[in-house]
Amino acid sequence: MSALVGTAMTGGYGGADILRGCTISANSGEITVIVGPNGAGKSTAMKAMFGMLNLRTGTVLLDGKDINGLPPQNRVQCGMSFVPQTQNVFTSMTVEENLEMGGFIRGDDLTDTIEEIFNLFPVLREKRAQPAGELSGGQRQQVAVGRALMTQPKVLMLDEPTAGVSPIVMDELFDRIIDVARTGVAILMVEQNAKQALQIADRGYVLVQGENRYTDRGAALLSNPDVRRAFLGG
Amino acid sequence: MESAMNALILIGNYIVVPGLAYGSQLALGALGVTMIYAVLRFSNFGHGEIMSFGTMLVILTTFAMQSAGLAIGPLPTALLALPVGIFGAIGLCLLLDRYVYKFYRQQRASPVIYLIVSIGTMFIVGGLVRFIIGPRDRNFGDGERFILKAGEFKANTGFSEGLAIKTAQGITVLTTFFVVGLVFWFLNYTRTGKSMRAFADNEDLALLSGVNPDRVVKITWIITAVLATIAGTLYGLDKSYKPLVYLHLLLPIFAAAIVGGVGNPLGAIAGGYVIAFSELAITFAYKKVFAYVFGDGILGDGLLQLLSTDYKFAVSFMILVIVLLVKPTGIFSGKTL
Repeated sequence: MSALVGTAMTGGYGGADILRGCTISANSGEITVIVGPNGAGKSTAMKAMFGMLNLRTGTVLLDGKDINGLPPQNRVQCGMSFVPQTQNVFTSMTVEENLEMGGFIRGDDLTDTIEEIFNLFPVLREKRAQPAGELSGGQRQQVAVGRALMTQPKVLMLDEPTAGVSPIVMDELFDRIIDVARTGVAILMVEQNAKQALQIADRGYVLVQGENRYTDRGAALLSNPDVRRAFLGG
Repeated sequence: MESAMNALILIGNYIVVPGLAYGSQLALGALGVTMIYAVLRFSNFGHGEIMSFGTMLVILTTFAMQSAGLAIGPLPTALLALPVGIFGAIGLCLLLDRYVYKFYRQQRASPVIYLIVSIGTMFIVGGLVRFIIGPRDRNFGDGERFILKAGEFKANTGFSEGLAIKTAQGITVLTTFFVVGLVFWFLNYTRTGKSMRAFADNEDLALLSGVNPDRVVKITWIITAVLATIAGTLYGLDKSYKPLVYLHLLLPIFAAAIVGGVGNPLGAIAGGYVIAFSELAITFAYKKVFAYVFGDGILGDGLLQLLSTDYKFAVSFMILVIVLLVKPTGIFSGKTL
């Protein structure tokens, strides 16, 4: 069963609709990737599912429960977590404090969860007492993902996690994201690096102008000649 | 050797001891300004008047206690009255926030609007204070006046220069030490303190993490009111209380916050001492010191004073301008204004 489903979502930031009836779902333990040209509404679709934008029509279900109208903070409490594209860590706070803030909403003992995240991202254990602002781009993204995992979410949403990092770091980050998915979390991410992202995707969505154009397994989309020609540069 | 010691005692008596006390008072004031800047993102020009308001309540309570015969031995009665002033100042800050600043927060007003609003609150609170207690100078210190008297020091050590430490100065330094330690412990080791730092660092992400913005704002005002009242009372005990002086204190306090790096608590403390020591060191007449070191003969008639004490505020202003030109983020790299 899908952990998170947005059905026939229509809406925008006032004025013209950016999303025009697009449908996206993410399954537990799987990686779902949204790709598409600039301005296709990829990030908007994800933000709509997180409640950062009001939908005119359409529904968002989390574990079969209607969460339409809930503000983002309440969706975090329901088991969703979101990693923004930029400014996604507390730069003046240490790595460990960033993780603690990630679990702020829980109010119980966080030591075990922090330990799990250090096992998932070993480099963070070494840097635990260092301010997050002093870390490299790739390490900072790991802090951001770690912070989002502190609530032990069912669904983790990532907005272009590899924007601005080197190809080597990108591979490393994708490996980590696969590890996170293996723990049973549903992962939904928007990516500019479409080819690499679809390689690790269980399911991929190609959005064009706020509508679903292609939906398939990641590998199938990669081998689809139409998708390759139009969106992946041949 | 003895003349060198005398020169050192002179500097200790006129620069080091008063500098530590004045610096502590500025540091507490600047800490409040910097916290408001970090969390609410505006420069609160009303801070000096919050200090004044809290101190006024302390003074009125002190007078009441004195006439009731209450005293705490050698310590000033004002310390006993301090909680009243603190609660009053907290009440004032929360009222101002509820009925003034909250409106502008909901409007998502720009920092410059906030700044002008804070100037408005400055005039209103300042007027209220002068209306209640009057513009006159008030002396409310009692108890033992000195920890170390200049005369005793001379008699005990045999030096010709004396070193005096006022009770108010000793209390100021100790209290500052304690209060600053408490604030840093709160910010670094408690859940609420960390959530305040997170909110100051990245508001959107803090909201996403479930931090309640209303609560953070409220706690920031409470801490600011506590710091302001303590700073104002200590300053009043050390010098004397006069409403207009607290308006003038705004300049060195802002200079301290900016020199240290606005938004950075550690910077506010450092900035307070930098401003205080510069002010005293630049306006001090060094003639006697040099006379001890080089002998009387070679010195002319001048006082060897770089700047008259009338210009002491010009010193903070100069430092402020230099810092803004050379390193706008301040010593500890806060945010730029």
